[in-house]
Amino acid sequence: MLENYFPVLVFILVGLGFGVAPVILGRVLAPYRPDGEKLSPYECGFEAFEDARMKFDVRYYLIAILFILFDLEIAFLFPWATVFQEFIAAGELAWFVFGSVMVFLAILVIGYIVEWKNGALDWE
Amino acid sequence: MEAMLQPVADLFGPAWPLVWTLVKIIAIIAPLMICVAYLTLAERKVIGYMQVRIGPNRVGPKGLLQPIADGVKLLLKEIVIPSGSSKGLFIVGPILALAPSLVAWAVVPFDDGLVLADVNAGLLFLLAVTSLEVYGVVVAGWASNSKYPFLGSMRAAAQMVSYEVSMGFALICVLLISASLNLSDIVVSQSSGRFADMGLGFLSWNWLPLLPMFVVYLISGIAETNRAPFDVVEGEAEVVAGHMVEYSGMTFALFFLAEYANMILVSILTSVLFLGGWLSPFGFLPDGFHWLALKTAAILFIFLWVRATFPRFRYDHIMRLGWKVFIPVTLVWVVVVAVWMMSPLSIWS
Repeated sequence: MLENYFPVLVFILVGLGFGVAPVILGRVLAPYRPDGEKLSPYECGFEAFEDARMKFDVRYYLIAILFILFDLEIAFLFPWATVFQEFIAAGELAWFVFGSVMVFLAILVIGYIVEWKNGALDWE
Repeated sequence: MEAMLQPVADLFGPAWPLVWTLVKIIAIIAPLMICVAYLTLAERKVIGYMQVRIGPNRVGPKGLLQPIADGVKLLLKEIVIPSGSSKGLFIVGPILALAPSLVAWAVVPFDDGLVLADVNAGLLFLLAVTSLEVYGVVVAGWASNSKYPFLGSMRAAAQMVSYEVSMGFALICVLLISASLNLSDIVVSQSSGRFADMGLGFLSWNWLPLLPMFVVYLISGIAETNRAPFDVVEGEAEVVAGHMVEYSGMTFALFFLAEYANMILVSILTSVLFLGGWLSPFGFLPDGFHWLALKTAAILFIFLWVRATFPRFRYDHIMRLGWKVFIPVTLVWVVVVAVWMMSPLSIWS
């Protein structure tokens, strides 16, 4: 069972290595002559006039929070979706399994409607 | 095959499984990198012809060596690390962008039984790995400490997570009707059905019963990879090149590789999940890897075609499409599929 994941682990290491190698290669092969102007942040030729880590729109936070909710919902639906066909084949609990997930979805849909009504999904 | 490799296996002794896995990984990554290189050429050629230009034709016969020239040029360019940046993260960003787009290939089935890691939770693994891609962009944008990359990466992150949700619901639908997280099983489950018995296999694939999900998945895939018309992330007129502004040389090349590797990944996943993977469209033709390659190439062509055809979306339109159109559609379709499966009209058993 777990040994099936061994190639995945090796692949992750190779993938990281594949990212590191070109950077090292580029550093070795390419010229390296830094100067103050070259290393300044790009702002269409102007001097950068304040720190770039400025305030940003709160909507981005909102999207991130909503994403967590919906992604969790998907994560919870995965096991249900995997076994749902077996329950239908068995016949007995199919409606119960279906109904419980519908209740779960309904709660999230209510939340989704509230978000929509309150304008959390609007970008003006 | 096993017998032929036995002497080599003896040579490496206990390290053999590791060596053999590495060989297989290289056998996936090397062709992938060649595909990525030639996809860049194909893109320029296709868009060129669509705009009645010729496209690159100077380097090598018909411009066929152009990707190699591009690669060598990028390799020999200085890697600039801005003085104001967080230097460690600045280097880590592109690596984080590239690694997930490669790692996801571990579970992609190329043919019956031809898969590197035949894991039971393949689909879950894909969902997890593809959501890591957003970190590369966010880290790069933050570490640059420059205004355009910062704004670009905020946009990219919000856009990528938004479309992640609708992609996830599309995956749930596929999962419902194939009842397995294993990608090979998902392909095999598409090989049977009423139309498959009549010799019209392509009508038994998932794309037909899940047509809305197929469309949503494809469009979300384009948005997820930040391709035109969803490429506000690197909108030249607004944020120059988004999170890539401060990158040069090989660090920039990594973002480039990641973007194209992601395109190929999304295309091959669409083929596997909705278009029957390696299955042949007609009963009298044999199945095989060439079908998967053909389907993937067709979807990649759609990517390029879309880029050449549509003007860029405005950012609020992109977010509206993701949150106000795709999520309701996919939510409803999950319920529709579940009810359909329980009704006497179910075509899955």
